Amino acid sequence: MKRMLVGLAAILLLAPVCASAGAPKPTVRIENPGQCIAPVAEMRVNHMEMLKHTRDRTMRQGIRGEKASLNECINCHASKATGTVLGKDGFCQECHTYAAVKLDCWDCHQPKAGKLNVGHAEAAGAKP
Amino acid sequence: MNQPQDKSRRSFVGTAAIAGAGLGTLALAPGLQLIQVSEANTPTAGASSKVRWGMLIDTTKCASGCDACVKACATENGINETVKDPRQGSQWIRKIDLKNPKTGQEHSLPMLCQHCANPPCVDVCPTGASMKRADGIVLVDRHICIGCRYCMLACPYKARSLVHMPLTEQNPEVPRGQGCVESCTFCVQRVDKGLKPACIEACPEGAMLFGDLNDPNSAIAQRVAKEKTTQVRGDLQLNLGVRYQGI
Amino acid sequence: MQTELNNRLEGQSFYNVAGFGALISLLGLGAALYMEHNGHHVTGMNNQVFWGLPHVFAIFLIVAASGVLNVASIGTVFGKKVYKPRGPLSGLLAITMLAAGLFVIMLDLGRADRLVIAMTHVNWTSVFGWNMVLYPVFFGLVGLYIWMLMERKMYAYSKTVGVAAFIWRLVMTTGTGSIFGFVVARQAYHSAVIAPMFIIMSFAWGLAVFLIVQRMMFGWNNLELNEQIRRRMNNLLGTFIAAVLYFVVVYHLTNIYYAKQLEFEQFILLNGGVFPKLFWGGFVVLGTILPLLLLYVPSFQRIQGSGIIASVLTIIGGLCFLYVFIIGGQAYPLDMFPGMEVKSSFFDGHIDNYVPSMPEILLSIGGFGVALTITVIAVRVLPFLPQDDIAKLQASGALHD
Repeated sequence: MKRMLVGLAAILLLAPVCASAGAPKPTVRIENPGQCIAPVAEMRVNHMEMLKHTRDRTMRQGIRGEKASLNECINCHASKATGTVLGKDGFCQECHTYAAVKLDCWDCHQPKAGKLNVGHAEAAGAKP
Repeated sequence: MNQPQDKSRRSFVGTAAIAGAGLGTLALAPGLQLIQVSEANTPTAGASSKVRWGMLIDTTKCASGCDACVKACATENGINETVKDPRQGSQWIRKIDLKNPKTGQEHSLPMLCQHCANPPCVDVCPTGASMKRADGIVLVDRHICIGCRYCMLACPYKARSLVHMPLTEQNPEVPRGQGCVESCTFCVQRVDKGLKPACIEACPEGAMLFGDLNDPNSAIAQRVAKEKTTQVRGDLQLNLGVRYQGI
Repeated sequence: MQTELNNRLEGQSFYNVAGFGALISLLGLGAALYMEHNGHHVTGMNNQVFWGLPHVFAIFLIVAASGVLNVASIGTVFGKKVYKPRGPLSGLLAITMLAAGLFVIMLDLGRADRLVIAMTHVNWTSVFGWNMVLYPVFFGLVGLYIWMLMERKMYAYSKTVGVAAFIWRLVMTTGTGSIFGFVVARQAYHSAVIAPMFIIMSFAWGLAVFLIVQRMMFGWNNLELNEQIRRRMNNLLGTFIAAVLYFVVVYHLTNIYYAKQLEFEQFILLNGGVFPKLFWGGFVVLGTILPLLLLYVPSFQRIQGSGIIASVLTIIGGLCFLYVFIIGGQAYPLDMFPGMEVKSSFFDGHIDNYVPSMPEILLSIGGFGVALTITVIAVRVLPFLPQDDIAKLQASGALHD
């Protein structure tokens, strides 16, 4: 019994070392250097909370133009090469793959930048 | 280096500095629209219960065979996926052709989510994803929709569609995706900017009118007060936001 | 005098049956993963018929799960001695069938990955929302009930928990019926009689399942069920089947009486293609008339295994009824413009031709696989076999009730 516990403790203590030894670090490429809406450390820790509260305020209360706007994040952070925040060197994808946290947003949200339908009223057939 | 002494010069320099910083931000972050930068600093107040958005459709003006409203909706809301089985395709608005079998009289009308004041879809949704916003617009919060389709069973107007396949070409302002149920949103992304829904603007016959039913000065409120309008399946007493004429 | 009976499914037969059940369950799980990954476009469901075969099987399992607990309730709540030893098995089947039904229905969700959200965001005006509380508490109450029935020290408390479980499942099945009964939009639903109809159906379907499982277990142990007990339980099944017919007749008669519902009733009962066939052939003939003959007419009663055949037919009839009720109710178009002929690109006015796809069929059958597997394993581990003390029952006059 004692040997089992010692063995288990050894595995648990060594596991993080073993695990991190293998996975490749994410490549974080900032396409548009400048100020994000908050410092990097705060963004890393809090971006999910920021997005979640913003989404509830926008979705349920109709409040628009909040600081943590997902579309604005995408427009700034999308890779210049691929045009999206997913895939290889995708800003969201890289860290989330490393951290093994599934990205649920993109089933519904558009990950490609610059697809805003500006002027779409005319395209939709509206008369001036 | 320069030390402004009086208030007016200080405030002018301050304003110029802010403007310069704003332009500088634009230079640093290409692709950002000017309208979004200014909006990002001042969130809107959100939907208000003082407003009740509604639609008035004069079916006597609706041309049979015309589906401009349907196409406009699909363009605006990014409903552009190819479906193998058309019965599995999403339709937020569709044209219904009616024929009276006894008299032979025919006419057509657009059918969409009626944005009920007492929506059955909101009552039956297990997670509360199907919701009514304060201003009367009935929406699906796809963050918590589990795709159970109970709202589709409960809707008397067949307004709701399930997305049967993965989507990739959504409009960024209209998130929609596989496994969630969706329906007409009165183009909420346009309404929140002070615009009208795409179908309203596209109708070549001017058969569709949109506005605030609670505002006595709005065109729609005045017409609804003066003219006779009907609600489809009015027997259900759902107090609809969409009123029809000519049926 | 209690005889020590070997109620374990010994040796290879256990692994065969459990393995078979596990295989069916895995096929169902695989089908669900396929549907979840690709989206529902790989199924036969669409925007008109969006609750398909999986819902038919799931609702059957959920309703029957509540009804199978009736056997235990008759013993505990109503004090009938013959049913008392059957309590634990009845409770076990209630748990396994509810788990199976939920397995099917939850895996058919458009976003099955959001189950935790479903449990933490609850809309209390929705019957589905109530189910988030009704089902877990049911599992807990029945688990407690089984434990108290089987644990000698706790037996004294079993009646209290038994009454609670009895009431709870009446609420639960009323909820299941009300899922449809509260829907104002559709001609097939919005009727107050649907909730009690589901309750009565649960009694019939649950007892039918119990009789089949009981027969299988007695067979595995080379035992013969006492003739009087068998006849008594068969009579009860017959009573429930007749009661179900009564409710179905009332439901349809009421619908027919409303002029505006006449066309819908004609569709279901006369000219709707597969639906009248399943209703009359499946539910009425196979699921009601034949079982009643087998259970009550002496020349039919003499057929070997007549009670079990009647039970199997009752289950088939139940599935046919649910198919007509759930899918027929969707296939028939919504009547938004009474009296008018309607046509649109969204198939308004159009009767849908739903054909279940292979993933749906596999998922539906997978539900039965889950129930079978869990039941077989539980029965192997714990003494669920009803052990009748015939001498004691005869002495107390219970066999002549």
